[in-house]
Amino acid sequence: MTTVLVFEQLLNGLQFGVMLFLMAAGLTLVFGIMNLVNLAHGSLYMVGAYLTVAAVQWTGSYPLGVLLGLAGTLLVGMLVEVIALRTLYERDHLDQVLATFGLILFFNELIAILWGRAALYTTLPSYLQGHIEIIPGSIYPVYRAVVIGVGLVVGAGLWYVVAKTRLGMLIRAGASNRTMVAALGINIRLLYTVVFGFGAALAGLAGLMAGPIYAVQPGMGELILIQVFVVIVIGGIGSIRGALVGALVVGIVDTLGRAFLKPLLGHFISPPAAEAAGPALASMLIYLLMALVLAVRPEGLFPARSG
Amino acid sequence: MAELILEAQGLRKAFGALAATDGVSLELREGETHAIIGPNGAGKTTLIGQLAGNLRPDAGSIRFAGEDVTALSAPARARKGFARSFQITSIYRDFTALDNVALAVQAHAGHSFRFWRPAREEAALRKPARAVLDEVGLGAKAGMLAANLAHGEQRQLEVAMALATRPRLLLLDEPVAGMGLEESQRMVQFLSSLKGRRSIILVEHDMDAVFTLADRISVLVYGRIIASGTPEEVRANVEVRRAYLGEDA
Amino acid sequence: MRARTLILAACVLLLLAVPALATLAKQPYYIDLIRRVMIFAIAAVSLNLILGYGGLVSFGHAAYLGVGGYSVGILAFYGFNSGWLQWSVAVLASALVALVIGAISVRTRGIYFIMITLAFTQMLFYLGNSVEEYGGDDGMRLKVKSQFSGLIDLGDPVAYYYLVLALMLACMYVVHRLINSRFGMVIRAAKSNEARSRAIGFSPYPYQLAAFVISGALCGLAGALLVNHTAYITPAFMDWTRSGEIMFMVILGGMATVPGPALGAFALLIVEDLLAGWTQHWQVILGPLLVLCVLFFRRGLAGLLPGSGKDG
Repeated sequence: MTTVLVFEQLLNGLQFGVMLFLMAAGLTLVFGIMNLVNLAHGSLYMVGAYLTVAAVQWTGSYPLGVLLGLAGTLLVGMLVEVIALRTLYERDHLDQVLATFGLILFFNELIAILWGRAALYTTLPSYLQGHIEIIPGSIYPVYRAVVIGVGLVVGAGLWYVVAKTRLGMLIRAGASNRTMVAALGINIRLLYTVVFGFGAALAGLAGLMAGPIYAVQPGMGELILIQVFVVIVIGGIGSIRGALVGALVVGIVDTLGRAFLKPLLGHFISPPAAEAAGPALASMLIYLLMALVLAVRPEGLFPARSG
Repeated sequence: MAELILEAQGLRKAFGALAATDGVSLELREGETHAIIGPNGAGKTTLIGQLAGNLRPDAGSIRFAGEDVTALSAPARARKGFARSFQITSIYRDFTALDNVALAVQAHAGHSFRFWRPAREEAALRKPARAVLDEVGLGAKAGMLAANLAHGEQRQLEVAMALATRPRLLLLDEPVAGMGLEESQRMVQFLSSLKGRRSIILVEHDMDAVFTLADRISVLVYGRIIASGTPEEVRANVEVRRAYLGEDA
Repeated sequence: MRARTLILAACVLLLLAVPALATLAKQPYYIDLIRRVMIFAIAAVSLNLILGYGGLVSFGHAAYLGVGGYSVGILAFYGFNSGWLQWSVAVLASALVALVIGAISVRTRGIYFIMITLAFTQMLFYLGNSVEEYGGDDGMRLKVKSQFSGLIDLGDPVAYYYLVLALMLACMYVVHRLINSRFGMVIRAAKSNEARSRAIGFSPYPYQLAAFVISGALCGLAGALLVNHTAYITPAFMDWTRSGEIMFMVILGGMATVPGPALGAFALLIVEDLLAGWTQHWQVILGPLLVLCVLFFRRGLAGLLPGSGKDG
C-alpha cells in the first residue's frame, strides 16, 4: 500500500464523488424547490448515457455526440416533467415515490427494447485515452482526470449560478420558502420546468461521463441512485453545498474502502477472515457512515431548511 | 393566596433577526384565567408554542407547579398536566368525535402497549370520553366523523380533547376563532363554567370573551408584554389603548 | 357491512377450492402461482401496518424477505433443518434487523425516512452479494425444506398451499386486532395528526418503532415461506424494486384496510403473470399502468368493496 496507490485511489474517489455530486445536485434542487421525490432521476442518468452512445455512433464525432446526448436528455427531462410530473407536485411523497417508481420500470424496459439488455461499451477518442502524469512517478487515466475536471468546473458554475444570479436567488428562496416565491408572482411553472431540465441535464452529464468507466446497461441508474440518496441524507436536503460535501465524502470513503479495507483488515485479523469480511464491510461502509451522521445530526450536515 | 401554577420568566424566541418573543414573563395562579391579547403578529402563538413545549425558547425558563419544565417536550408536558387547543383546528379528522376524545383519555390512562383488546370496547376510555363530550355539548354528535362536524363543533371538540386529559393547565389558542355569534356565546358560557376549577391561559381576539372570562389580562405587542393587570386596569391603560384598542376606545 | 363480509368470505372459499379446481383442470401451475401470491400478500399485509395505518413510507421492506429467507437458508446450510428453529430464527432475526434500522430511521421524517430505509435495504443487498460463503450474488439452493417433525411436508404442494393460506389469514387477523387495539389507535392517530397526538401526551416514537419491528417480523415469516416455495434464495429477494412492488400491492389494494394488501397482491402479481405471458417486455406496460393507478385510483381495490370507509 504505497502513497502512490493511495493517491491514485483518492483521485478515483474524487472522480466518483464528482459524479455523485452532479446527480445529487439535480436531485436535491428538485426536491428543495418543487418538493418532489424523483426516483426516476436515475433513469435520466441512464438516458444520458444511452443517447450519447447512440449519438456518437451516429455522428462519428465524440464532442458532437456528447452535445446531442446532453440536449436529448434535457429534452426528455422536460417532456417527462410536463407529461407525468406536473400532477405530482401537489401529491404527497408516497404518491411521488410510487409514480416515479413506475417511470423507472418503464424507462428500463424501453431502453431494453431499443438497445437490448447487454452492456454497451463506448470507444473514446484518442485524445481522451491513455494516461498522464499528475505527480511524478504516478500516471492516471486521462479520461478520469477529465471527468474530475469537468465535474469541478460544473460545480463551480453551479455555485456561481446559485450564489450570484437572479435565477439562483429564486432557487435559494424557493428552497427555503416555496409559497413565498409563488406569492411574489414568479412564473412558477416555468421555473419548475427550468429547474427540472437543469437537474436532468446534470444527471445526463453524469450518465454520459459514466459510460466509458462503468457499464452502460438497463438499470444502471438505480445502482447509483441509492448512493445519491446516501449523499443527500449525509449532506442535507435542498443544499448544493451539502450535496458537494456529501458526494466527496461518500465517493472517497467508498473508493478507499473498497481498495484498502481488506488489506487493512488483514493486518488485524487472519487473511481468510479478511478475505470474507473485507468486501462485505467495504460495501456497507457508506451506509454505516450514513447511520453515524444520522445519529449525530438527523437533518444532515448542511440542510437548506431548518425543521 | 392560590398557588402559582405557571411561571414563565424572560422568555425569548427569535427567528433570524425577528424576535417573536422578547423577554416575556408571566404568572398564572391556580384557578385563574389569564388572557393574552395583542394585535396580529404580536407573537401570541409563538408564546403559546413555548409554553406548550412545541418551541424551545432561546432564553428564559418555565416553571410548572414549582418544577422547571423548560426542557420538557410537548408530550412530556402533556403528561404532567398541560393541555392545549390549537388556533387552527387540529383534530383527528378521520376518526369520530368520540374516538377523538377517547384518544385523549387514552393518552393519560397508562401505557398503550396493549395489542389485542379493541380500544373501542374499553369502558375505561369510552365512558369518560362520552362524559366530556356531553359536558361541552357535543354528546349528540359522538358517532359523527370529525371531518363532517361543523366548524364550530370542531372547535368544541378541540376543547373537549383538552379537557379529557384532566389537565391542571389549559392553554387555549383562540377557542372561538371563526365561530358565529351564537356559537361563540355558548363556548364562552362553557368556558365560564370552568372558571375557578381550572387554570387557563387564553389567547383571544374576541374582546367580549376576554372581558367575560379573564381574571387578569396581559397585552402582547411585538413580542413584549406592555401591560398586565385586571381587566379594568388594562382597559384604562393609555399605552394599551394606543397600541391596540385604538386611540378613541 | 354484510355484503362486504359475504364477498370476502366468498374469496376465502374460492382460495380454499383452488387446489381442487387446479387439479381438475390439470393445471397444477395455479397452485404454485396462488401460493406465491399469498406469500407476497403476507408481506404486503405486514407493510400495510406501518405504511397504510402508520403513514411510515418504508421503501425497504424487501429486506425482511431476505433476512427471513437467508435465516432459513443459512441454518439449512449448516444442517439445521428443523422448521421450528428456522422459522423462529427468521422471525426473530427480522425483528432484530427492523429494530436496528427502525431505531435510526423512525426518528427521521418524510423524504429522509424513505431514502434511509431504501439505503439500508440496499446495504443488506450488498452484504448478501459479497458473502461468498452463502453464494454471493448467485445465492444458494435450499436442498431440504423446513422440517416440521412429520406434521406437514412442505414438499407436498397442496399441503404447503393450505399452510400458507392459513398463515395469511392468521396474519390478517393479527393485524386486524393490532390496529384496533390501544397500540393501533396510537399508530393511526400519529399518522392522522402528529401535532395533536403530541399535544395530548403521546410520544409516537416508541409506538412507531414497535410497529416497525412487528411489521418486519411478519415479513420475515413471509421470507421463510418464500424460500421454501422457491427452493432457493438470492440477494435479489432484497432488491429494492421488490420493495417497490410490495408497496404497490398495498396501494393498489387499498391502504389502511385489512383485506386491501391481499387484494393488491393478487391483482398485481396476476396482472404481471398475464403480461409476462404476453411479452417479455411487460414492464414497459406495467410501469405506466402503475403511474396511472397512483394518479387516478388512489383508494385502491378495497375502496370498491361495499361498506368501505370503515375500519378493515
